[in-house]
Amino acid sequence: MSQVAVRRIFFSVLALLMSAPLLVVLGVSVNERKSLTFPPQGFNLSWYLDLFRLPDWSGALLNSVIVAFLSAALAVAIAFPLAWFNWRYRIGWVKGILAIGLMPFLLPPVITALGFLSFWTQTGFYGQAWTVVISHGIFLVSLPLVSLSLGFGSLDDSLPEAAATMGADNKVILKTIVFPLVRPYVISGFAFAFVVSLNEYLVAYMTVGAVIETLPMKIFNSLRYGYTPVMASASVFFVALTVIIFSLVARFGDLPKLLGAHSK
Amino acid sequence: MNTSRPQNLTGYVPLILPAVVLVMFFVVPFGSMILISFYKNLGGGLYEEILNLDNYRRLISPFFVGLLIASFGLALAVAAISIVIAFPFSYLLVNSPRSTQVVWLIFMLSILSLSESIIGFAWSTILSRTAGVSNLLVFLGLLDRPASYAPGLGALIAGVVYTAIPYAVLVLYPILSRVDPHIEEAARTLGTSPLRTFFIVVLPMQRNTIVTTFLMILVFTLGTYLMPQILGRPQHWTLSVAISDQALMQSNIPFAAALAVFLVIVTLLIVGTVVLFGRKENAS
Repeated sequence: MSQVAVRRIFFSVLALLMSAPLLVVLGVSVNERKSLTFPPQGFNLSWYLDLFRLPDWSGALLNSVIVAFLSAALAVAIAFPLAWFNWRYRIGWVKGILAIGLMPFLLPPVITALGFLSFWTQTGFYGQAWTVVISHGIFLVSLPLVSLSLGFGSLDDSLPEAAATMGADNKVILKTIVFPLVRPYVISGFAFAFVVSLNEYLVAYMTVGAVIETLPMKIFNSLRYGYTPVMASASVFFVALTVIIFSLVARFGDLPKLLGAHSK
Repeated sequence: MNTSRPQNLTGYVPLILPAVVLVMFFVVPFGSMILISFYKNLGGGLYEEILNLDNYRRLISPFFVGLLIASFGLALAVAAISIVIAFPFSYLLVNSPRSTQVVWLIFMLSILSLSESIIGFAWSTILSRTAGVSNLLVFLGLLDRPASYAPGLGALIAGVVYTAIPYAVLVLYPILSRVDPHIEEAARTLGTSPLRTFFIVVLPMQRNTIVTTFLMILVFTLGTYLMPQILGRPQHWTLSVAISDQALMQSNIPFAAALAVFLVIVTLLIVGTVVLFGRKENAS
């Protein structure tokens, strides 16, 4: 059997197995009545409307989007100068600071979550809504840090050199040459952090779980306290949103390269 | 390019600002967590700043041994199953057309980023009595009546493997994409079948990659938090679940911190081994 045939069979089986749980949720989300049955009985899109109509669900959705947007922006704001400085001056010990930025994502999330829980308690800010933005921003800083380091690393050094020879200083070179070239990496770093924050449960739960409910928390709570079809429509909505964002990243950037692959 | 140092202190601002933020919000909380692990618990979320080893002494207990078996048993099983699926998959993926690669990468990234609560919900649905696969088995005549397969150890392993496969693929994909295709071509030219090439050329060549990826999945799986609560039973609860349970439900932050310090040490030991393996790889 040729490699292509093996590939087709293997990929088809895996695609089926990996999409099955999501397809069942999709089926359940269009049930006519408020029951967990598959194949769906009847067809009804009202659970999707409920996601936006019911204040507790739309509130949770809005919370998640706001937190994700702000913390992704914070993560990029921390990562960009750091990655730029590391690329521009190549000083050995700067790598140590980069390593701190990679730590939160390498360790199990519960470590960062517990660290923040005790930190916000000790500083007296526990329960303030904004603490989740800082917590997520730090937790996710690794993502833009990795994508931006890749971006700066892929720059052709002769371009800023030429600009410097012609009298441009750091600021001008950054604005007119470097930034336009690394923009795709800034956007993808932001997108990665945004999507992960949107879906993150544990850090958000342990920092602001008592005062804010994000969508992943809402889904988990509904799972514990009784089934409602809205949790299925909310899940489908999040899966779609996640796939769309990554598709856009792939559309406007080189996804294999962003993930560190070398083309053969 | 001129890579000398910044001329004055203002030149260091782009470094100092992010560094201060990282130290204040990661190094300080992390350090204070280690410190708290030596404090005395007073209950109700309060603790006294008396240094002692009581929290660590509690680690020598049947409760903790149970946690270790649950956490590492799950992690080892998941890592083994995931790599058996993810390695051949990634190998085939890097050799497939670019458009196929991109579609799969989007799919894998999406599943990896999805909330554990969504994946846990999806798996508990597909393993449930009313909406699950058992209905399909009844329809095919393989089963008399629908059955529920969750919660249980099988359901938990299936759910965690589901999240670990994309992780393993995204670790393996860049490594395998750098492999020199000429080596396989040479084997093929000499008349070796594709399957044999995979087993006698590709697998031995990637032994280190497989070991390090296995260890990375181990670390990844130790972080799973909602899956054991949704798809498992209380005896399957892992260290991650126990840590947040101690901190939030039992209000015993010092003991939670001691458990967390233990988890950090284990993680760093595993990651350290990965780094050592990587060095050996580069040296040879």
